[in-house]
Amino acid sequence: MTLLEARARTGAVARINPVAKLGASALIALPLVLTLDWVSASVALLLECLLFPFAGIGWREFWTRTWPVWVAAPLTGLTIALYGETSGTIYVDWFFVRVSEGSLELAVATFFRVLAIALPSVVLFVTVDPTDLADGLAQVLRLPARFVLGALAGLRMVGLFIDDWRALELARRARGVADRGRYRRFFGMAFALLVLSIRRGSKLATSMEARGFGAPVERTWARQSRFGGREWVLMAIGAAISAIAVAAAAFAGTWNFILGPG
Amino acid sequence: MPVETPAPAGVEARGWGWRHASRRGWAVQDASFRIEPGERVLLLGASGAGKSTLLHGLAGVLGGADEGESHGELLVGGRPAASARGIAGLVLQDPDAQVVLARVGDDVAFGCENLGVPRELIWPRVRESLDAVGLDVPLDRQTKALSGGQKQRLALAGALAMRPGLLLLDEPTANLDPAGVGEVREAVERLLEHHPATLVVVEHRVEVWLPVVSRVIVLGEGGVVADGAPADVLGREGARLAAAGVWVPGIPPAVPGPPVDAPGAALLTGRRLAVARVKGRPVASGIDVDVRAGSVLAVTGPNGAGKSTLGLTLAGLLPPAAGELQATGALAAGAGPSPIRWTSRQLLTRIGTVFQDPEHQLLTQTVRDELEVGPRALGLEERATADRVDELLARLRLDHLAAANPFTLSGGEKRRLTVAAMLATRPRVLVLDEPTFGQDARTWAELVALLAGLRDGRDGDERAAIVAITHDLDVVRALHAEVLELAASQTDAEASA
Repeated sequence: MTLLEARARTGAVARINPVAKLGASALIALPLVLTLDWVSASVALLLECLLFPFAGIGWREFWTRTWPVWVAAPLTGLTIALYGETSGTIYVDWFFVRVSEGSLELAVATFFRVLAIALPSVVLFVTVDPTDLADGLAQVLRLPARFVLGALAGLRMVGLFIDDWRALELARRARGVADRGRYRRFFGMAFALLVLSIRRGSKLATSMEARGFGAPVERTWARQSRFGGREWVLMAIGAAISAIAVAAAAFAGTWNFILGPG
Repeated sequence: MPVETPAPAGVEARGWGWRHASRRGWAVQDASFRIEPGERVLLLGASGAGKSTLLHGLAGVLGGADEGESHGELLVGGRPAASARGIAGLVLQDPDAQVVLARVGDDVAFGCENLGVPRELIWPRVRESLDAVGLDVPLDRQTKALSGGQKQRLALAGALAMRPGLLLLDEPTANLDPAGVGEVREAVERLLEHHPATLVVVEHRVEVWLPVVSRVIVLGEGGVVADGAPADVLGREGARLAAAGVWVPGIPPAVPGPPVDAPGAALLTGRRLAVARVKGRPVASGIDVDVRAGSVLAVTGPNGAGKSTLGLTLAGLLPPAAGELQATGALAAGAGPSPIRWTSRQLLTRIGTVFQDPEHQLLTQTVRDELEVGPRALGLEERATADRVDELLARLRLDHLAAANPFTLSGGEKRRLTVAAMLATRPRVLVLDEPTFGQDARTWAELVALLAGLRDGRDGDERAAIVAITHDLDVVRALHAEVLELAASQTDAEASA
């Protein structure tokens, strides 16, 4: 029982360094975060859709992994349509709800933007193994090993917390205190889980220390995290999607820099 | 490919002592001894004699001055233990607390990486260490899919890969079933043949390690109280050690007599029962079971067979996945036939549950409050509550701890407390998950006597029904239990194949 499954995956995309996946996702997201227009977002989304079949996951898995995004995107759009900044013709005006030409345009842009940013991140990260990510963060990005490995080891304990939570729940029923005061009980259990996790954490820290973690020598890495051709290709694809989306928006005259004037 | 073998490291303690920053008393005081390189030592002592503290000290993981205060000297390989990190390899009791990484190979490599071993030397060491402990699984096998015994051998391999001159084992088999205990002991014997390191092992169950060790050191008040060849030390100190809770071969703990009367009426009946912790994923099925007053039912079987899940289902905490579980009129007493539909309060006087991990069921800040939780939930008067609590405190030797925080108690004390907390509402059925796991001989004998008393009904109480989920065949015998053995489940067989 863990939140992150680390199934061994095969295929070209699965072998790409997670740092490159992180980088490509960031390259796609950056310009889309900076503009609020429907052209750049939908062009990026279109290009991404052409690439998804090559992402190394099946369609079934694609939908099971991305459905929250498909739910969130229209909801975000709807919210903007109803409450977004008003401009142009007003179609509906009812208490706080004010649907206008401008808010509808923003809604469409937001809908595409959520999809265009979230989908590639989700799809690329399906094939990321946490251990490989930690190796990449420490060896390629040179983040401190203590921090990265501590987080990685902690992540592995999430599964134990889920089991703990179940046991705490059952134990409260057995102790006769589960009939009333649901909210109080919830906080009591949350506190108990905190205590248990600190104890588990300190035990884990002791055994890591016993294995020389934090020893005053230069740490070596059993697995080399490579950043080569494949990785640069993925980054280039990310950059290209960004560039084409921005160019299309500029060409269509819809580029709308959120930090800039008007 | 034999990699360079390190020299075994000697150990020397000169009046060494340690006091944890949060405690008033010294955990170890004035310990002086000398262990020659390559010696194999069993370290014994009563609970709280400071065995673990000494082992942690030797491993250099006690921490600095803010963690506690020390006196004297503790040397490993001629250097202060705290700065000799990498010379000692430590394996602890809890299998889950030692797995660092997600894949078997990476986990074994972890220590080598930390010590700065070059990459091309790490992988041969990893394979050699896994061979030495007989853990024959692929390097990319998920560590969470390993059994308890396999996890302990993995921890052993991880320590071995660091090429320690001193191997320290802190109750490495206390949390394992009998098969796991055998696995780990054999692994240690095998690796010592190929890598002659100095060995110091702490363990309550002496007979497990007697074939391996050549010397026994007994820690007690004021340092080392006995030291010598195993036969001599156990001959001289055996009775005293047994009274202090050590399992000394030839001195078994006292066991109660058989039940006086034949089992009474069934209180719970299960027919074609299937049990599941997570909905839709049954771990055992087709179970027919009767839980009878005046009788102990022992649920046995290998790890992963669904014993605990069956226990929680019988206890009215999990709904049956299939089949039916019914409480007879004698137990239900008007609450309906299906225990899972009872309220939490109705459960209190009918079925009590003692969880495997006591920390899951502790609710309050003091031992006394803990015992009052059940009677309070029942709405018992203050006076009656106080009487019950006082009686239990005395009966389970917890009276001197009444004001202590339950989380600060020792393992045996916590176990006694959780049992007492359940007895406070006098349930007719008591379900216990591994009640004697990791307990010293003294606590073991007390628990067994207590359960036998509940079974037979003492002081005019009605006879209770006991369900004990256990690996401990001594408990099964001592309580004259009826045995329900669950077979290894399909999924488990796949996982360990």
